[in-house]
Order: sequence, then structure tokens, then C-alpha cells
Amino acid sequence: MKTYLYIAVMALTTYAIRVLPLTLIRKPIRSTFLRSFLYYVPYVTLAVMTFPAITTATQSPAAGAAAMVVGILCAWFGLGLLPVSLLCCGTVILLEFFLV
Amino acid sequence: MSKTKFVSGFRDGIPIALGYLAVSFGLGISCRAASLTPFQGFLLSLLNNASAGEYGGITIMAADEGFLVMAAMMLVINARYLLMSCALSQHLSPNTPLGFRLLIGFDMTDELFGVAIAQPGYLNVWYFIGAMCAAIPGWSFGTLLGVLCGNLMPQWAVSGFSVMLFGMFLAIIIPEGRKNRVVLGFIGVSFLLSYAAAKLPLVCQLSDGMRILLLTVAISAAAAILFPHKEETAQA
Repeated sequence: MKTYLYIAVMALTTYAIRVLPLTLIRKPIRSTFLRSFLYYVPYVTLAVMTFPAITTATQSPAAGAAAMVVGILCAWFGLGLLPVSLLCCGTVILLEFFLV
Repeated sequence: MSKTKFVSGFRDGIPIALGYLAVSFGLGISCRAASLTPFQGFLLSLLNNASAGEYGGITIMAADEGFLVMAAMMLVINARYLLMSCALSQHLSPNTPLGFRLLIGFDMTDELFGVAIAQPGYLNVWYFIGAMCAAIPGWSFGTLLGVLCGNLMPQWAVSGFSVMLFGMFLAIIIPEGRKNRVVLGFIGVSFLLSYAAAKLPLVCQLSDGMRILLLTVAISAAAAILFPHKEETAQA
């Protein structure tokens, strides 16, 4: 039951964030600090969530770390979301075949 | 209703849905690890449509940290949707009915925002609705399959699929880092501080969710104070 309440809290908060600006705010945000903060948030939060978690999601930490290096390189050279995800996945499967 | 716009949106939504299917499968495995049922995982994705947000939420559910922490976590992790929503509001015709605004806000994801903002002129809401109709099933059924099949899969495949979500995160942040050296620097700082926070005494006793929340606010605020972002148009 508590899980459903958690899901409801998540859904309502997230929906409010997404829909309030679309319905209420018709002008761009002016505060430079707030604009900059909102601009940096996605990159910082995704980076914080990726490392070191990627090294504990796998059986071998080295395989997770290698997947991260592969992911960074592939994304740097312009591959999209799906190819990068698949190459990270393939790296882990290949390395764990030898390491585990 | 514009049928051609709907079809064109649906078509652009198909590659997004395929990407979602693969990535949300990994999310389903995380749901399973946090002992969510297949239906709960499906509902979570159907109602939230947010990879990083759902992942963060699962860590909070797993540690049972309370509804306030959960709401605070969603506000911070999903704060970028606030900016996207502001940006997209400028691309809607002023007389777009409220009902349409309420509807498209439901699926304001990085990818749908990306295709919507790339449309010339005012956004045709039927284009967005078409893309939603492809993307939402991909995301929610992918999660369902992940929770269901997580235990049927051998351990090597679980390991492989669980890094797909992280791969997607890297594919979102690295291209912006390549364009903007400040972002690149702060991605590096985030990796280092996140690693340090996971190892340091005291700090490492905080839950994963709490650490992500505190680090995100602190590092982003520092970046905003030290390097105010000047660009006029919002970034996806």
C-alpha cells in the first residue's frame, strides 16, 4: 500500500513540475541564478547518479567502470541514446564473461 | 484534430519508444531489486515517464525515507522539466486550450521535448500527442517486462541490462559537456564528489537518494553562482 502512496507522491510532484509552467507561466524566467541553476541540474544529477553506482550495478566493478569509459567515449563521438546504452550493455556482458 | 500531424508525431515517436523499451527494461530490473511488483513497476512508469526521477524514487522507496523526502527528490531531479516546460510554453500558440496544455505536460520528457522544440513555428499539439502515443507504451511496457523477466534472465544479462540506464544518462550529459566546457568540468566534479560522498565517513551513512539530492543542489548552485549560464534559449 505504501508503495502506491510513494508512486502517487512521485507522479503528482512530477506532473506539477511539468504542467504548471505550461499553464501558468507565459513569460520566460528572468532570474539569472535560477535559470543557470535549472540549466546545470540535469547534467549534475545524472553524473552524480551514474558514478559510482555504475560500478556496483554489475557483478564486477571493473566491468561497470569499463562500461562508463565506453559510454563516455561513444557519447563524446556523437552516438545517440540507444547505441550508447547498447554498447555499455555489451561491454559489461563481454568483460564479465572473462572476469566473473 | 489534424490526422497528418498526429501520424507524423507518432512516426517520430517510434525510435524514441524503441529506445525507451530497452532502457525502461533496465529500470524494471531496478524496480524488482527494490521489491516492486510488476504492476507497481508498470504504474510507476505509466504515471511518471521520467528515467532519472524514477530511478531516484526507487532508491527512496527501497530505503522507505518518507513522502517529504520523496517529493523533495522529485522537485530537484525533475527540475529540468520545469525549464523545458517554460521553454515549450513559448512554442505554443497563446490560444492553445488548457486541456491540451494539461495533456502534453504529462509526457514532457527529454526526448519528446527534443522533437517538439525542433518543430518549426508554433507546436501543433496533435504532433506531440502522436509522439506520446508511441512513447508512453514503450516506456511503461518496457518497465513491466523488466520486472517480469528480471528473474528469468541469467546473471550476466541482468548485469548488462542494468548499465543501460547509466549509458543513457551518459548519452544525455556528455554531448552538452562537449559543447560547453563548464558543463564538462562540473560533470567531472560531480563524478568525484559523488565517489567521495560514497566513501567518506558520516556522509556515506546517508542514503543514496539523500546523497544525490544534496550533491545535486550543492554542485548546481555552485555552478550557477560561479558560472552564470548566459544562453537565452533553454537547453534540453
